[in-house]
Amino acid sequence: MALTNEIVKNRLTEQFGDQLTGWEEPYGMLTCTMPAGINLKVLQFLFDDEQLRFRFLTDLTGVHYPGRPGEELCVVYHVHNMVDGVRMRLKAYVPLEKPDVFSATQLYSAANWMERETYDFFGVNFVGHPDLRRILNVDEMEHFPMRKEFPMEDPTRTDKDDEMFGRGGIV
Amino acid sequence: MSEHNQHIQLSDESVAKQTTTLNLGPTHPATHGVFENILEIDGEKVLSAKQTVGYIHRAFEKIAERRPYYQITPLTDRLNYCSAPINNMGWHMTIEKLLGLKLPKRVEYMRVLIMELSRISDHLICNSVVAVDTGALTGFTYVFQWRELIYEIYEEICGSRLTTNMGRVGGFERNFSDVAWQKINKFIEGFPKVMKEFEDLFTRNRIFMDRCIGAGPINAERALNYGFTGPNLRAAGVDYDLRVAEPYSSYEDFDFKIPTGTIGDVYDRYLVRNVEIWESLSIVKQAVQKIAEIEKADPAQKNIFYAPESDKYHFPPKEDVYTKMEALIYHFKMVMGEIAVPPGEIYHAVEGANGEVGYYLISDGGRTPYRLHFRRPCFIYYQAFPEMIKGGLLSDAIIALSSLNVIAGELDA
Amino acid sequence: MGRPVQYNTNVKLAEMPEGYSGEGFMATSFDKIIGMARKNSLWPLPFATSCCGIEFMATMGANYDLARFGSERMGFTPRQCDVLLVAGTIAKKMGPVLRQVYLQMAEPRWVVAIGACASSGGIFDSYSVLQGIDQVIPVDVYVSGCPPRPEAILEGVMKIQELVNNESLRRRNSDHYKALLESYGIQ
Ligand code: SF4
Repeated sequence: MALTNEIVKNRLTEQFGDQLTGWEEPYGMLTCTMPAGINLKVLQFLFDDEQLRFRFLTDLTGVHYPGRPGEELCVVYHVHNMVDGVRMRLKAYVPLEKPDVFSATQLYSAANWMERETYDFFGVNFVGHPDLRRILNVDEMEHFPMRKEFPMEDPTRTDKDDEMFGRGGIV
Repeated sequence: MSEHNQHIQLSDESVAKQTTTLNLGPTHPATHGVFENILEIDGEKVLSAKQTVGYIHRAFEKIAERRPYYQITPLTDRLNYCSAPINNMGWHMTIEKLLGLKLPKRVEYMRVLIMELSRISDHLICNSVVAVDTGALTGFTYVFQWRELIYEIYEEICGSRLTTNMGRVGGFERNFSDVAWQKINKFIEGFPKVMKEFEDLFTRNRIFMDRCIGAGPINAERALNYGFTGPNLRAAGVDYDLRVAEPYSSYEDFDFKIPTGTIGDVYDRYLVRNVEIWESLSIVKQAVQKIAEIEKADPAQKNIFYAPESDKYHFPPKEDVYTKMEALIYHFKMVMGEIAVPPGEIYHAVEGANGEVGYYLISDGGRTPYRLHFRRPCFIYYQAFPEMIKGGLLSDAIIALSSLNVIAGELDA
Repeated sequence: MGRPVQYNTNVKLAEMPEGYSGEGFMATSFDKIIGMARKNSLWPLPFATSCCGIEFMATMGANYDLARFGSERMGFTPRQCDVLLVAGTIAKKMGPVLRQVYLQMAEPRWVVAIGACASSGGIFDSYSVLQGIDQVIPVDVYVSGCPPRPEAILEGVMKIQELVNNESLRRRNSDHYKALLESYGIQ
């Protein structure tokens, strides 16, 4: 029997009960939210379960929602069951003050750099990561550039007139 | 001790160790891009490698948050610049999926045609660069002439060679010209001969085989764990291809094979790419044929190069912009990015030349994406490089790197 | 039977510099002779980082053939090269590396910035990209385009040749030049 979103959802609810919330299916991809504390458990379960077999980590990234106190940062996992061709999206929200989630590097080697990138961009702290350093930006950088409050433009630039370029004011 | 001696004094630790530290990059000519690898070598044997990336980090994702949707296409060009059209069209497909647009068959086939041409050009670079690194420059200069023809085709279609910015949401910005069709046909006719010769030069060449077989291998399990996709994963023996697994742009109408390798070494990767070039060529042929059939059945189709219902998202023709009021207004609105896009969250992936190029888009309904993340295949699989070259020879490391086809622009975003 | 002697009639000679010539001799200044010699044997150092680098590869390829201009040999070590061709985006992380490469080149040295990114940051007006390599090293010729066509890159090289041809031998010792390097903090 082909694996459907319905089955995945039921299996997950069986295992984790109502810890998983926010079930959605935007454009056909099953999406749910998990508490940051059990992210690794959920991923491990999806990996190990003989029926689910989500063994490929497609993508791992972060999103910043400045307007949601207590859950400003969101870590998004895309996992993929290549055998049945089913994808799934998992989210974990963490507060800005304590952005801790568990690292998935033990499960997927691919997660290593993706987590470093997410740390670099958003400052998410992946607990248990073997080498959590900046990856794309220079080590000396003090802020996390993908957070919404950080300006895009080179702050040291003096040769462009902000008004003529339609900047300043608008983000 | 004189001043000079002090200057060259090495630390005790460095003197005591029996191995050599070798800096490969960031501007090493053999790396074909800016990657830094600090290798620890014992004679010719590589013991470990430490990678540093980010030397051309350009902040695509941050820029994308400040640009209206259509202005993001030029950014996608610069991800994998060897096959820019695939990225362009992947991005357009993402928006089309968000908008729920359905494209006419002819447009989809035109897209397939272009995407396969760019896959050919990408694989050609990779394979000829592998050949260069094994010491044969001839193949490189020879096939580059034919890559130029692909560029000329692009140029006919969109006016640009490398960073194509090709296509628009809903189709193309203009129809293919007659010259473009001529050049495509010329390519279909002339290229097989050149490719055959290129193959003859390398595939069963003893020197080339000796260099490549067994160099930089990775098995299927590790490859999957490392998030490999595309030709590199197929070389390891997993027949995963998005064109088949999740067909987009009418790929299901085409007939082609997916080559796979066995041990995922340099030679396998070379062969897989080689076969893919042939398959792509056959897809191009099929696409030309299918388009001709459509046109024969209904000559009116000849002028369809974008989805009719995408009018709202498609620039009006230039003549109209200059003469008609509505067209001008629409043009203006579009340039200012004031066309509303529904809020939503979407992940769309296409089979890029290097693997699964994914676009994770969160739209809040505004003129710019709320968040746009590119899944860049190079970035993900390049992590495996140290593991692949460990224990091998230094020269194997070089060709392993070039056969992975790591593109700096895609790697560093 | 011996083979007929064949002469290669396709040899292109460099133009003779201005000077005073008579029977069997020719007098001109060192400036001109050395300029001419340098002009036609420039060794480029490609510093290709991204998309422009691919277009630069096309320039080296058979269709456009940079070798026609006396730049057959790509040197990959800065110490042997005369012209630094910077093609591609230079991020802030790369800036010091570029500067290091420039410092390793011997005088006289020239720099071409190929493409919008190298010239001004191009479309990447972002926190991580150096807004033009002239912030870290002096540049002689800028080539516009994103990416420039191979023809444009060739023209950039020809412009450099012109500069090289007409450069005074004293330029590199002049106060003006020293002040220029000083302004980049290069001694
Ligand atoms: S100028 Fe354009 S083509 Fe050249 S490196 Fe920059 S973005 Fe790429």
